[in-house]
Amino acid sequence: MKTQALAQVPGPKPTEAAVVHLSNVVKTYKAGDVEVPAIKGISFDIPRQRFSMIVGPSGSGKTTLLNLIGCIDKPTQGAIVVGGQDVGTLKDNAVSDFRAQRVGFIFQNFSLIPVLSAWENIEYPLMLLGVPARERRERTNRMLQAVGLANQGKQRPNQLSGGQKQRVAIARALVKGPDFVLADEPTANLDSQTGASIIDLMRRMQEEYSTTFVFSTHDPHLMSHADETFTIRDGELVDHVSGGS
Amino acid sequence: MPILKIAFRNIFRNTRRSVTTLLTIAVGATAVLVFGAYITYIQYGVQTASVQRTGHLQVFRNGYFNYGTGAPAEWGIDNYQQVLELIRDDATLKPLTAVVTPIQSLGGIAGNFENNTSKTFFGTGFVPSERDRMKQWNEYGTGSQGLKRSGLKDNDLTQGITGAGLVRILGLCDRLHPEDCPAAPKLVAETLPPSISAASAPPPDLSELASRDKPPDDRQSQQPTIDLLAATAGGAPNVVTLRIARVEVQTLKELDDNYVGMNLGLAQNLIYGRGQHKVSGIVVQLNLTEDLERARARLLALFKEHGLDLEVRDFTELNPQYNQIIGLFRAIFSFISTIIAIVVLFTVTNAMGMSVVERTGEIGTSRAMGVRRQGIRKQFLTEGSLIGIVGATIGVALAYAVAYAINQSSLSWNPPGQASRIPLRVYLIGAEWLIVLTWIGLLVVSALAALVPANRAARMAVVDALRHV
Repeated sequence: MKTQALAQVPGPKPTEAAVVHLSNVVKTYKAGDVEVPAIKGISFDIPRQRFSMIVGPSGSGKTTLLNLIGCIDKPTQGAIVVGGQDVGTLKDNAVSDFRAQRVGFIFQNFSLIPVLSAWENIEYPLMLLGVPARERRERTNRMLQAVGLANQGKQRPNQLSGGQKQRVAIARALVKGPDFVLADEPTANLDSQTGASIIDLMRRMQEEYSTTFVFSTHDPHLMSHADETFTIRDGELVDHVSGGS
Repeated sequence: MPILKIAFRNIFRNTRRSVTTLLTIAVGATAVLVFGAYITYIQYGVQTASVQRTGHLQVFRNGYFNYGTGAPAEWGIDNYQQVLELIRDDATLKPLTAVVTPIQSLGGIAGNFENNTSKTFFGTGFVPSERDRMKQWNEYGTGSQGLKRSGLKDNDLTQGITGAGLVRILGLCDRLHPEDCPAAPKLVAETLPPSISAASAPPPDLSELASRDKPPDDRQSQQPTIDLLAATAGGAPNVVTLRIARVEVQTLKELDDNYVGMNLGLAQNLIYGRGQHKVSGIVVQLNLTEDLERARARLLALFKEHGLDLEVRDFTELNPQYNQIIGLFRAIFSFISTIIAIVVLFTVTNAMGMSVVERTGEIGTSRAMGVRRQGIRKQFLTEGSLIGIVGATIGVALAYAVAYAINQSSLSWNPPGQASRIPLRVYLIGAEWLIVLTWIGLLVVSALAALVPANRAARMAVVDALRHV
């Protein structure tokens, strides 16, 4: 969809232990004349190459927090620093380019492009980055195989099951080699068995590709899968558990 | 890049809506093209009729066109035979011209003294064989007939043709039997004072003049005669007798009630008497209309070169109704095209607007993945343009089918400037400019129609778009 050369995002690539640093982040929405606080001054670091989970009940601000980390929304106050760059200062095109290069998204409702096949959906982010056709083909095939859909590449999203769609979404998020992948309740629309297999797949892919995963859930049973768990409630960080490898 | 691929596939995502939109564009394109092709046919038909009557160009003494028609004898071209030879022998003009022929315009009074009727007339003297050749001109194959064969002979100076109206007015219907020419109703007898009765009789000197020029075998001839009175170049009245060989219905009543056509020699005898014979104009009929400006330039250069004070007028000046007819039809065409463009505009805007609403989530996903606002705008503009392209292409194909069906039918009609019915045709083949303009026009309208929805899609906040269900 985007044909222009990708603008370079200023600032070095993250080298320190944290891939994302949130500093006193506030997000307030306006509902008419009333201001509704969604995030109330949260500060924490998301460690690099870890499987991080943001846990909290519905309405706690998980999705808002992920949107802010993924640069698809701007904080009302505070700073979000990715790789030494305060992404809040970037202009719209630069933010778009930043997302195209560095962030992978997995959505609760899969959000695949319905007119593209599974293979084309995975290839799509590479086209946005201007990756040459041959390399695109190789990386897409590899990723399709990695998520176990080598035989479903030609199928459109409406021909795939929910679990298969989410596998395509995972492949699409990872194919460009992002700095981190954000998954907003990726198992919410799946049955428990399929949801578990998706979590396993994400975990395996995170390890295999040594990338950073941040996913949100309201299901505390999934906490055992996480390296880092951030618990939020009413827009505030109430707990942080670090463990695992 | 996937823009085209996604756009093309999205067109057929909602089949019913896409088919409705495409059909609207296609039917609009068909209507514009078929009507445009019909106008092209009318233009060619009217042009053919005009060129058959007046040629492409006419050469006059400078000023004749604006001032000389009231006294054509005074504005005649001297030594016109030399001018004719100059034009006919010119190496540049020779391959361009079909007919170069002299004409003499004239006006006066036509009288049928047997019936005590008279009427002002205006007419033309021509060379019958060359006039018949002019009638053959049919560059566009329209079948239009601006002229009929005169039936006159070059060496017979006694015969002529008249409009049906003039025949009726002069009380000759019962002898010539033209179409739609009933005998005049009988007047209720009135007793008039002797002085007024005497005044209604033709003046004795005019009757005498007429009787002098009557051919000796007039009484035995089957063809009725009329007497034509006109002023000579010197101002003296002159009369000739004309046998009516044929009645030719003219397209306009005014013309039909006044027209007399005759051999050039007879017209010259009437206008110039025993003086030097001149002509009021020289008709130049070209093989192809596209050579008109080239021929005009050459004629003017030729006259300048030889010191001739002559002017050149083209058929659109000689037939002012030509531009009026074409202008009228073009105005109707513009009106219809505008209406269709507006319908297409609203249809595509509506379809694209619905598409944007339906794909709000998809827009959010694309933006989240890094597509810029401009990329979203391009996506929807491309889709609008593609709808225009597909619809217009279908419309062109449909228009060809409709045009073929019309041209194969036996429909006939009576076009402007024609006295008789001709086959109804539409000229789509040969109207490539019309097809290209219509196609591009619909593409532009469709792209413009997509602009508002595309901007709305591009301006969406990513978070809001992703939240949309």
